[in-house]
Amino acid sequence: MVPLSWYLALSAVLFTIGVAGVLIQRNAIVLFMCIELMLNSVNLTLVAFSRFLGDVTGQLFVFIVMVVAAAEAAVGLAIIIALFRTRETLNVDEADLLKL
Amino acid sequence: MEQFAQIQVSHLFFLAFASLAVVAAFNVILQRNPIYSAIGLIVVMCSLAGLFLTLAAEFIAAIQIIVYAGAIMVLFVFVIMLLNVREEDAKADRQKYLKFLAVPLFLALIAEVMAVLKTIGNPAASETVPGAVETVAEGMFTTYLLPFEATSVLILMAIVGSMLLARRESKEETDEIEEALTVANQPTPIVEESSEEEVHA
Repeated sequence: MVPLSWYLALSAVLFTIGVAGVLIQRNAIVLFMCIELMLNSVNLTLVAFSRFLGDVTGQLFVFIVMVVAAAEAAVGLAIIIALFRTRETLNVDEADLLKL
Repeated sequence: MEQFAQIQVSHLFFLAFASLAVVAAFNVILQRNPIYSAIGLIVVMCSLAGLFLTLAAEFIAAIQIIVYAGAIMVLFVFVIMLLNVREEDAKADRQKYLKFLAVPLFLALIAEVMAVLKTIGNPAASETVPGAVETVAEGMFTTYLLPFEATSVLILMAIVGSMLLARRESKEETDEIEEALTVANQPTPIVEESSEEEVHA
């Protein structure tokens, strides 16, 4: 059996890559993908703890995280489409005003 | 001896999926074209599904593929293709300093987590193996029924909200809004007109 700390380390690395992506990227869609990456890495932590503690609660939590991620992706992409219609750009630096 | 060989194989599986996930995650954040980022994220999700299988979480691995790689990423790819995004140009990069901030922060966070991981040690895996569909369903429909039902309300709100946000306003509606705005800007004569109309009616 692979030790628990390996899974936690991988999850931490993936989460940190997601954070770095949010800082590096300026494209709104890629920012959303980085957030999905962070959610995924946390899911890995939850599943690993669920396995090592023998408790199914962690996996139910992962299920709910997935639902939230799906809702977030749908609403977020709708906002991105609306943003692109009004401003013709996806760069988050350009979208810094509430009015047009 | 057989036990030893088994351990080696599971370690190899972990290392293969983990390295694939990390390389693909770097691919997500370093590509300039969003469609390549999306493909990298799909690879990350599939390799995480493989890791869930090594943790005996079959149900989660299945919905990871179906919901994440299947549904959410299709949505992403669809939006990328719909908007026909050009590759971003370098001059638009106004906050260059963030890149120099990102790399040290990245390394610091990694070092911090590794230091914490050294202190926790390695607990032995539990004898009971959760993850079969029966155990997940039992928890979902008994102890955690309320959160499960709450997710359905959340999804309904997301459906209505995204339709409202992404719909294109028709010409009539835009005219109505403009009319309402002009009415709001000249209050006095409009009020007199409307009262006259009421008298006529």
